[in-house]
This record gives sequence, structure tokens and C-alpha cells, in this order.
Amino acid sequence: MWEYTDKLKDHFFNPRNVGEIKEPDGIGEVGSLACGDALRLTFKLDKNGKIQDAKFKTFGCASAIATSSVLTELIKGKTLEEAAKVTNKDIADYLGGLPEQKMHCSVMGREALEAAIENYRTGGKKKHELEGKVICTCFGVTENEIERVIRENDLTTVEEVTNYCKAGGGCGGCRGEIEKIIEKIQGDREKEKQIAVPQKATTLTNIQKIQLIQQTINEQIRPALRAHGGNIELIDVEGNKVIVAFRGMCAQCKLAEFTMKDVVEARLREFVSKDLFVEEDKESAQQPHNHMT
Amino acid sequence: MKTIYFDNNATTKMDEQVLEEMKPLFCELYGNPSSMHTFGGQIGRRISKARAQVAALLGCEPGEIIFTSGGTESDNAAIKGTLAALPNRRKVITTRVEHPAVLAVCRELENHGYMVVELNVDKLGRLDMAELEEQLDENTALVTIMYANNETGVIFPAEEIAALAAEKGVIFHTDAVQAVGKIPLDLKHSNIDMLSLSGHKLHGPKGVGVLFVRKGTRLSPFMLGGHQEAGKRAGTENVPGIVGLGKACELAQKNIKEENERVKKLRDKLEQAILEKCPDCRLNGDKDNRLPNTSNISFEYIEGEAILLMLDQYGICASSGSACTSGSLEPSHVLRAMGVPFTAAHGSIRFSLSRYNTGEEVNFVIYKIPAIINRLRELSPFVVK
Ligand SMILES: Cc1ncc(COP(=O)(O)O)c(C=O)c1O
Repeated sequence: MWEYTDKLKDHFFNPRNVGEIKEPDGIGEVGSLACGDALRLTFKLDKNGKIQDAKFKTFGCASAIATSSVLTELIKGKTLEEAAKVTNKDIADYLGGLPEQKMHCSVMGREALEAAIENYRTGGKKKHELEGKVICTCFGVTENEIERVIRENDLTTVEEVTNYCKAGGGCGGCRGEIEKIIEKIQGDREKEKQIAVPQKATTLTNIQKIQLIQQTINEQIRPALRAHGGNIELIDVEGNKVIVAFRGMCAQCKLAEFTMKDVVEARLREFVSKDLFVEEDKESAQQPHNHMT
Repeated sequence: MKTIYFDNNATTKMDEQVLEEMKPLFCELYGNPSSMHTFGGQIGRRISKARAQVAALLGCEPGEIIFTSGGTESDNAAIKGTLAALPNRRKVITTRVEHPAVLAVCRELENHGYMVVELNVDKLGRLDMAELEEQLDENTALVTIMYANNETGVIFPAEEIAALAAEKGVIFHTDAVQAVGKIPLDLKHSNIDMLSLSGHKLHGPKGVGVLFVRKGTRLSPFMLGGHQEAGKRAGTENVPGIVGLGKACELAQKNIKEENERVKKLRDKLEQAILEKCPDCRLNGDKDNRLPNTSNISFEYIEGEAILLMLDQYGICASSGSACTSGSLEPSHVLRAMGVPFTAAHGSIRFSLSRYNTGEEVNFVIYKIPAIINRLRELSPFVVK
């Protein structure tokens, strides 16, 4: 059971400003059914350019609904410049805090607001689009968004990043990359590592190399494949040739080539050695596999 | 406010008679059964009695019962103990819908070079038996497949699986934590080699369970130390827990038929009424092959945690496969394995009943649910009026 504040419960059981404004000046939509939460925010301006009315519709848990309700309360009466300054922290603070794992709800509120303002400024034409490289494919979170929550909330661990924007909370395959983004932002600040990222060594003995390959497969590659019903097995290492077998969905997948080249090889080169290349073990590819029905 | 407890697959109320049986073992008969003196030694008889009570419910020999700390330990011990005893076999077959007590163990094995096959299920949560047969080979050390699913209640054909495994000479373990007390068992006339059960799921105490290990099955001990449980599970016995579990099994055996028929009627009434009264909802799992107490229903366009909180306002306890309730960000692995769309998985609610539930409670829930669902749908951006 989550520890929710009375204020949050109040905004969940008695949400303010539910609904949709007809012919709004701005409309912002974020999230999706697949992600487990989604928010549609609409607002209307008065003749002085202040937000006269704001309404929301939200699919999501109690904190998603409560944060949406608070968002509409916070922005009413503000100019767009003032409203744009509302941060996810303001939303969380207004509720007397949110459980750590629910911080992403407050971020969703802020994102919807931004989308709605942008929608107004571009004359209702441009939809809010993802900017930058997508890091977390499970939840569609970009590098820009991850950097932003880290900066704005002073985050130091992958776990925190997941709590704030969901990135890394699905298959876990991007946690290594998130770790790197944190490191980049925190600069040379020394910190305890929450998730061990294999360190790239310059000279490896053969045994060290094989161990590092296995570790990289276990931690960086298998979770991502598993999320799509597949699996991978390390068969052998001959010099710089890494032989693997794909199981389950991946074995049959038309994208197997793509998966192998793009995910496995890239990860192995990144974490073990630039010189590695990957080959599929054809014999085991013929073996019976799991099929989705 | 009265609590309406429809979350019996999570845990159950302990029977008062179980408590009575346990009471003297805390402050009066507190001896250690391993001691040489009569004071401690007499406790051994209590444990033997409990062992016989469990064996009677399972239809096996008392000597085939190992007491553990619960379902999770039993599952761990069965899987790891079998593999340790069969070092030359490197493959384990399980399913995508197991409880984490099995699935997490199997996935960890993969990191130690084992090949783990997770069998798929169809839309109704039924196992692909042909795939199982295809996968069984000389390299397979263990098949571990649950008897009944904790989220949907779907029952797997454990005896058929056991027969297939036996034919290929492969050990078969089944996590029957949700099945024991709800489905009659007769292990004497069965090919099941190992079976896990847990006390707190059948109106017994928490923190105590059983691993049934058929005589002659090779299993390396999981917990090392003293010689308790014939050397198969070291550690001073949880005496009150074991005695309570024995009593719970005795009561389950006595009432199993009559009780399950009554619970099934209540469940069916609840389920039918909800499906009739609420638009856009669907039942998850094989309707015909299910535990009598479980109903898993998805409400489209709304989210499970929000539903649970609204129910909680009226003292109604249930569970959800939604991401938000688990602390993880993804919805139930069981529903996803069944191909339940994300929209429905996020809005899934599990009601699980027990012998303590009444028709009045069912009526109250039927009365409250439609309004809750409507209210949340009014908030949802995915509902177009
Ligand atoms: C199918 C299944 N297996 C194992 C367990 C774990 O049992 P315990 O809580 O006794 O460790 C549970 C209970 O949550 C369960 O439902």
C-alpha cells in the first residue's frame, strides 16, 4: 500500500477541473494506454493572456489523477510565462510529497503543460514530439527528458531516474546508458554505483574477456531481448568473434539480423572491446523455439 | 467500517481452531524437539501429528513431507536442490506465468549457464502441451510448472505434465501453493515428484510451508546445518507454525468439497453481475478450468490502482495486475504472457474469495462496483462519450 498524503487522497477522491474545454486555446496530450498513464490537458486564455480555465482527463493511478488535478489548480490565473515555470517539484510539493516511485506522475503533469503551451504557440498545428535520441524503448523516453529530470531534481541513481520518468523501468536494457548520462551530468563527482556497469579494460586476458562478455550479455542484453519474448545464449568466443544463439522469439524473428547487429554487437563493443563482432550459431538456430500464439 | 476481504490468493484469515492448536506451543510447550529431555522430546510427537495431517490432505506418506518456511522456500529448495543433485543436466523447463518464487530462480540460473525454457500460454492462459513435449529431452533436469495460477486461477493439467515428464525420466515439481485446499490431491496415485504448498494460503499461519518430495527422488538439501527434517532441511523447527499448518490441512481436508462448491457459487455470482453491469470489461483466464475462488476481470480505459483505492474506501480488499500497484512500471507478467492488451492489463482486478465470505458481501460489492467504474471512466481521456 502506498503512503499517500491526505492532500493527495483529497485530489484523487475529489478531483478538481475534470473534463475538456470546448475549443481550447491549448491542448497537451502525453502518455499512452500502454504506459499505464496518460493525461489530456486543455486550457483557455482570457483577454489578458491569463489562463482562465484549465481542465484535465487522466488515465492512471491515484497519484496520476491527483497530480493532474493539482496542475490545473496551479496554472489557473497565471500567464503562460508564469505557468511555464511550474516544475514537477512544485506539483509534488503542493501535495505534501509523493512516494518516490510515483514521481513520474508529477513529471507527466509538467510535460502535458509544456505540450499544451507549445500547442498554443504553434497555433494548434504542431503536436508535441519526442526530441532527441530515444534511450528507453519500453517507455519511449529520450535522452533530453532523462537529462532534464536529472538536472531539475538532482538525481544521482538509475533507480531515481526510473522513479521520475520511467526510463529503465521496463526491460532494464538501457540502465547502462542511463548510468552514463548520470555520470556525464554529475561530471567527476565520485559516487557509489547502484548498478555495476562492466568497466572497459584496455588489455584483457582471454578469460577476463569471456567473463566480461558473459556479464554484458546477462546485464545489458538479455533483459532487453526478454522483454520481447526472446533470449540469448553465449555459445563460444573465438578471438574477437562472439558466437551466440538466439532463443524464443528472437530465433524466428525477421529482425534477428537487426537485433544482433544493433543491440548485441553495439553493447559488446561498448562494454568489452571495439574489435568484437558477433555471429549467430546456425546450428542452434534450427532448434525448437518458443512461439507466441 | 467492516472489511470485505476478497484477496484470499494473497493471504487468508487464519482459522480460530488453528490458533487454538498453536497456543500451547509458545509459552508452555516451548521445548526443542531435538533435545534429549522429555520436555523437549514430547514436541516431536506434535510435529509427527502435523506431518500426518499434511500427508492425509495430499494423499502421500508422512515421510515425504519436509516442513519449510513457506512457498518461496519450497520452490527454491525444489529447483536448486534438484539441479545440485543432477549436475550433468543443464536444462530447466518452466512457464512464463509462474510466481516469482519460481521464475526469478529460473532466470537467475540462466546466468549460471543453464538453459531455461519458459513455455508460452494461449489467450486463456492455457499451456501449450505440444511445446512441452517438444522441449523435454535428456538434457532436461527439471520441469517446474505451477498447479494453479495465483493471478487468474487457471489450472494447469499437472497430472498430464507429470506423466509426460515421467515418460522421459525428468523430475517434475509443481508449485501448488494456490491449489492445495482448493483442488483434491492424491499424490500416491500420481507422477508428481515434488510439490510446494504454503500455510497462509489455506487458513494456516504465515511463514510455514511444505515441500513434498516423493520417496526416492534425488534432492540436495538447500539449507545446511542440523539434522532436522531427516537432514533435508536444517534449522530448529517452527513448531507452532508446523502444528498450525497441520491443523489447517486437517480442516481443509474435512471441508474441501462442500466449501469449494459454496465459494464457487459466490464467485460466479459476483463475476456474472460485474460482467453484466459494467460495459467494456472482460474476464481473464480459462473460465472452465479455474480455481473455484478466483476471478480476474479487466476494466478497460481505467487503471487498477485507482479502482483498488476506490474499493478500499468501502473496506473492500482486492488486488490488481496493474503496474502501479506493484511498484514496478509494467503490468502483470501473467496477463502479458496471455496477450491481454495493455489497456486491459492495467485495469485488471483480481477478486479471490474464501470460506469466510458471505452472499451479503458479494451483494455489497456488486452494488458498489459499477459506480466506481463509471466515476473513473469519467476521468479517462480514452472514453469518448
Ligand atoms: C503460486 C505461488 N507460489 C508461491 C508463493 C509464495 O509463497 P509464500 O508467501 O509462502 O512464500 C505464492 C504466494 O504469494 C503463490 O501464490
